Amino acid sequence: MNTLLWVIIPYLSIMVFVGGLIWRRRYDKFGWTTRSSQLYESTILRWGSPLFHFGVLLVLIGHVGGLLVPKSWTEAVGITEHAYHLTAVFLGTIAGLCTLIGMAILIARRRLVGPVFTSTTRNDKAMYAVLGAVIVLGLWATVRANVVGDGYDYRETVSPWFRSLFILQPDPSIMAGVPSSFQIHVLAAFVLLAFWPFTRLVHAFSAPVGYLTRPYVVYRSRDARSQRGLRAARRGWER
Amino acid sequence: MRVMAQMSMVMNLDKCIGCHTCSVTCKQAWTNRSGVEYVWFNNVESRPGQGYPRTYQDQNRWEGGWVRTRRGRLKLRAGGRMKKLLTIFANPKLPSIQDYYEPWTYEYEHLLSAPAGEHTPVARPKSLITGHDTKISWSANWDDSLAGGNEIAAGDPILAQVSDRVREEYEKSFLFFLPRICEHCLNPSCAASCPSGAIYKRAEDGIVLVDQDRCRGWRMCITGCPYKKVYFNHRTGKAEKCTFCFPRVEIGIPTVCSETCVGRLRYIGLMLYDADAVGKAAAVESKTDLYTSQLSVFLDPNDPAVAAAARASGIPEDWIDAARRSPIWDLIMRHRVALPLHPEYRTMPMVWYIPPLSPVVDVLRDTGHDGEDPGNLFGAVDALRIPVEYLAGLFTAGDPAPVTEVLRKLAAMRSYQRRINLGEERDESIAEAVGMTGRQIEDMYRLLAIAKYDERYVIPAAHAETAAGLEELATGCSLDYEGGPGMGGSGPFGETSGRYAPIAVENFQALSTRQRADDINQPGPEAKRVNLLNWDGKGRPAGLFPPRESPNGPDPNGPEEKP
Repeated sequence: MNTLLWVIIPYLSIMVFVGGLIWRRRYDKFGWTTRSSQLYESTILRWGSPLFHFGVLLVLIGHVGGLLVPKSWTEAVGITEHAYHLTAVFLGTIAGLCTLIGMAILIARRRLVGPVFTSTTRNDKAMYAVLGAVIVLGLWATVRANVVGDGYDYRETVSPWFRSLFILQPDPSIMAGVPSSFQIHVLAAFVLLAFWPFTRLVHAFSAPVGYLTRPYVVYRSRDARSQRGLRAARRGWER
Repeated sequence: MRVMAQMSMVMNLDKCIGCHTCSVTCKQAWTNRSGVEYVWFNNVESRPGQGYPRTYQDQNRWEGGWVRTRRGRLKLRAGGRMKKLLTIFANPKLPSIQDYYEPWTYEYEHLLSAPAGEHTPVARPKSLITGHDTKISWSANWDDSLAGGNEIAAGDPILAQVSDRVREEYEKSFLFFLPRICEHCLNPSCAASCPSGAIYKRAEDGIVLVDQDRCRGWRMCITGCPYKKVYFNHRTGKAEKCTFCFPRVEIGIPTVCSETCVGRLRYIGLMLYDADAVGKAAAVESKTDLYTSQLSVFLDPNDPAVAAAARASGIPEDWIDAARRSPIWDLIMRHRVALPLHPEYRTMPMVWYIPPLSPVVDVLRDTGHDGEDPGNLFGAVDALRIPVEYLAGLFTAGDPAPVTEVLRKLAAMRSYQRRINLGEERDESIAEAVGMTGRQIEDMYRLLAIAKYDERYVIPAAHAETAAGLEELATGCSLDYEGGPGMGGSGPFGETSGRYAPIAVENFQALSTRQRADDINQPGPEAKRVNLLNWDGKGRPAGLFPPRESPNGPDPNGPEEKP
């Protein structure tokens, strides 16, 4: 059971995630978009969207810091467990709340503003449910263990296990003793990961950082594209 | 010097009768799909009027185009790169659908399905955005021909710039039409605003296009374009814009809007320009110098040095030749009668306009004067500050001198040609009064009045050796996978997913689906349709008749299926 939950499911999910992204990139570039609904409504969006997106970016940074950076490293540079814990819980809760409030605003907008609701697909609705579940579960785990409870150091358990996945020496036994709130959050996150490539969430992977360095006006030659036109020419055996 | 070729257009506003044929044919060709109902790559505005989208020219509000910084460099008016990325989650300067209009259709089905009643049934307007009943309150040319009167015309941002006296008289006396397409600027601010780098300027002919596969829907281009000619497809979540009908232009035929123009007021041709000079020319200090600074980047194709440089830059010989015969060169540089639209946006637009003389002539005629007498006309151009000031607000960043000069040339041509028409002697003094010769005036007259198709549209075809790349010449069959876009369906994630279908195929399918649909809103499932073309008259094809109902249960003969 442990192996299924903490080895097979994570690896399956990562495989679907990576494979799905590659597949989507190859076959559905046209569908790879934010599909913004700002044209329909922008007053509410102006509050909800930045709140959610900046919040979720902070949450992402927090997760990278907490999961990928080993505890020994932060201690080596003189950050005590207590100091780390305090900042993580403090910033994490704020970022989590921003994300949650932003998401609540966005979902309410999606449901209540007519044009936005009619342009919401079933895929979107499922995506909102999974994404919302992951965020709520994560926040709940933090609040239960570290705000109300007497503190739980996931950097002793969840983080080493998570890193063990990437060095291909998965160690499911560590996860067995983790509080159930964290377990559920982790599992939900892997479900989200597997769902990711097939939703509009893919737009996260087209964050336009290249804009900062490229020249303002892009010139492109027709010749460069002429090798393939807009659609790749089919190979003989594909016709 | 880096020579580049630019496909450009000039429109002669004196000839525009505001019939909207260009807009309608353009829409039929390019934007008759769902998601772009409100999109007009070509639209015709009445002047004075608010334009489309409403008050787009008010850059204090919409922040389109470029501004010059104190250090003499160009910056996007809506903010630099960092600001663009920080506001990417909610663009603060995006027009809402209400600034365009809420597209609608009519509930025609009600006309047929309404129960018998006392009153004739009506087809109620339904919003295509919400699907509910709507009240139509604005559209792309709601204020056509000054409809709505001063109340709406007063919202004209250009009118707001001119003085009170001028404004009042202008509202009373003048009307002309301004057809607009994308300007395909030399210094496009839409492309500069695009975080993904999806908008690009084609190196061969300068046409500005959106790469649909790279657009991620960040919608910064819509803010960036001061002409608001980049639109957001609200179904696919991608930007779309006028393509200068590149599939047509590539094979040497004019754009749809030009081809169908009733007044034959459009001219298409090449301009050669020095790409290295563009940045500096767009950043000149005074706004009113922008017209002349743009003239300075154009290169004379008859100059052997320019031709040599063009060859060195890889421009083919027939393109250089086409540039020599270009009507655009003649109108912009030789006769100097065409002016750019809003040079003050610093984008170096490449669709230029010959300002209309007709408001002046109309005043003369209405006041009982001879509208073709050179003395009257010259006097009126100088005295009637009203149209001149307004036209200067559109074409020369407020400087009346170039507008006056153009109008005087048009007036001289009018008077000079009348003498010829009436069999009188040619009067060189008329030509000299505007610094031209009689010969030049006749030349200009020929180009403006009687130029034939081949003279108005000098379009060199794209080169055959690169033909494999021409987008619409797909070598494979366009309809080649089951349920694919070519088949009228789409990929596995709904409308916007799957491979990109060439627009021509998509349009063709959408149009034929719509023509055959039972309901204007929701074309029924394909399976409902019956193909009678391969029905040989035997038996009943599936779906031709509704299932039989009889009191004794199911039809004893059973539903007879296709033989």
